[in-house]
Amino acid sequence: MNTPVVQARGIVKRYGHVTAIDSSDFELRPGEILAVIGDNGAGKSSIVKAICGATIPDAGEILIEGKPVKFSSPIEAREMGIEIVYQNLALSPALSIADNMFTGRELRKKGFLGNVLRMLDKPAMEKFAREKLTELGLMTVQSIKQPVETLSGGQRQGVAVARAAAFATKFIIMDEPTAALGVKESRKVLELIKDVRAKGIPIILISHNMPHVFEVADRIHIHRLGKRLCTIDPKDYTMSDAVAFMTGAKEPPAKDLA
Amino acid sequence: MSENGSSASVGQDFEKKLDESDKSIASFNVKATSPFERIQHVLHNNPTLVPVIVLMLSLVVFGLIAGGKFFSAFNLSLILQQVSIIGILAAAQSLIIITAGIDLSVAAIMVLMSVVMGNLAVFMGVPTVLALFVGMAGGVGAGLMNGWFITRIKLPPFITTLGTWSIFYALLLWLSGAQSIRGQDIDTNAPFLKFFGESFNIGGARITLSAILMILVFLALWYMLNKTAWGRHVYAIGDDKEAAELSGIRTDRTLLSVYGLAGFICALGGWASIGRVGSISPQSFYEGNLDSITAVVIGGISLFGGRGSIMGALFGALIVGVFRSGLRLSGVDVLWQVFAIGWLIIIAVAIDQWIRRVSA
Ligand SMILES: Nc1ncnc2c1ncn2[C@@H]1O[C@H](COP(=O)(O)OP(=O)(O)OP(=O)(O)O)[C@@H](O)[C@H]1O
Ligand SMILES: [Mg+2]
Repeated sequence: MNTPVVQARGIVKRYGHVTAIDSSDFELRPGEILAVIGDNGAGKSSIVKAICGATIPDAGEILIEGKPVKFSSPIEAREMGIEIVYQNLALSPALSIADNMFTGRELRKKGFLGNVLRMLDKPAMEKFAREKLTELGLMTVQSIKQPVETLSGGQRQGVAVARAAAFATKFIIMDEPTAALGVKESRKVLELIKDVRAKGIPIILISHNMPHVFEVADRIHIHRLGKRLCTIDPKDYTMSDAVAFMTGAKEPPAKDLA
Repeated sequence: MSENGSSASVGQDFEKKLDESDKSIASFNVKATSPFERIQHVLHNNPTLVPVIVLMLSLVVFGLIAGGKFFSAFNLSLILQQVSIIGILAAAQSLIIITAGIDLSVAAIMVLMSVVMGNLAVFMGVPTVLALFVGMAGGVGAGLMNGWFITRIKLPPFITTLGTWSIFYALLLWLSGAQSIRGQDIDTNAPFLKFFGESFNIGGARITLSAILMILVFLALWYMLNKTAWGRHVYAIGDDKEAAELSGIRTDRTLLSVYGLAGFICALGGWASIGRVGSISPQSFYEGNLDSITAVVIGGISLFGGRGSIMGALFGALIVGVFRSGLRLSGVDVLWQVFAIGWLIIIAVAIDQWIRRVSA
């Protein structure tokens, strides 16, 4: 009953001489918010990308809800209800906000127009996109039809977060979703993350913001030098402990070691 | 902060003031911009506006210089007829350029397929409809071959199509024996090959079916690019292929379909060219590849991909036609026509760069 949503063992990913993931383990449990912290270049983005099929690991096995998977593209992960907010957002700058929210799962008009002429139902997509962005409350955009390239960095991040939250059914990976956001907008995203958890959907949250991590996380996965160093309960440790483990200033206690 | 429920109460100290923050939807006080910047913005949102304006202006200018000769219904319809084949190639070319690719083989595919259709229908007694079908399928195949090298072997489009241009050109010389198929032979054996050379008159204008075909091709592509998911994907791939892949687009499959469709349009152009030229000549449209790129660029479609409307290429082709006709009727030497087209290209790209700076 309590099979982990994601269970990864011995994941390895090398880029030439650089080892981005050095035989790392990973575990996401049902209904939890798992924060992933670590220095720049520790390999946080690399390991979540390996989980969702955006990169293909050289070795290791990944189980989703107990079943082994080998994604060859992020599209396959997406079809299982896994959504990702990439660190670089992965939006198409020249397309509109609505187009971006629906890339790869566009709504078509009903009847002949949609089935035969493949016509998009733009009004429906725009309405949905507007609702989702309003829910997030972080959009001060002028028009849902405006190209994403005319948005500020934070607004773009808002679009990517809204897209993931709107379509995820299994779990969401967010790679630094608040990095570009203002105080108010960050708060909205944190509330959104909690709302998503309340719906029973677990979240992997990569962040460098310790107060955010300690506020929302149920467990904290500390990544160091390409692998999981330990997993801690934020209630048992302080932020400075976490930073000390992450940077190698202090050894984590044996019970938490990966 | 407790009045805001439990969830927010764990927020940080500095967030306390958030509750008092302005809740109204942001209204933008549109900052006073120079007319120059405003034009830049309008053009950025409507990339086809530039070629439309240039087309209108050139019509007016040549109308003034060359007078009634130029502005007659007959001459205008002649321009339409003259640009129809390059226009069809430009439609195929735009599709590929929007994906941030380039196709140097469009004209070679077109002429090759017209030779295939001609050989089958005129010399080998194959029913014309079947010959046309083989030609169209060959066009799709040639396009898919380009697409296969580009998506599977990961070769750059420029190099791939430079190579296939030579390959297709050599094939067409071989198949044709470097000989033209004469118009009389087509008329007696397979007159339907010349279908798109048919024309009808309205009010002094002589509209050929090849011109109608060109316009239909553009309208169909416009619909596909703007009203279907496939079209959105084509733009997204040209914009940022990696982001498109990550956001759920099967980029290679879409690219393959783009090259296949472009090949089909080229073959269609091959059929239309038989009617337009009246014979099948392996030497025709040798510069068609570059002419199609010229039309696309003048039409404001960015060579960097992801930007510009397909209709721009139609206007681009028309602008070239209007310049050629206008300069000729004004008594200007051919070499200066070529000179003028060269400047048009450079100015068009400069304007594209300027417009793109809006987003930076
Ligand atoms: N596509 C790639 N090609 C080559 N090296 C890469 C690539 N992606 C990641 N790396 C390398 O892998 C290592 C881990 O990178 P990764 O992006 O996973 O770090 P991160 O923990 O997400 O860092 P940050 O906090 O800065 O986002 C780095 O040394 C990086 O140089
Ligand atoms: Mg990262």
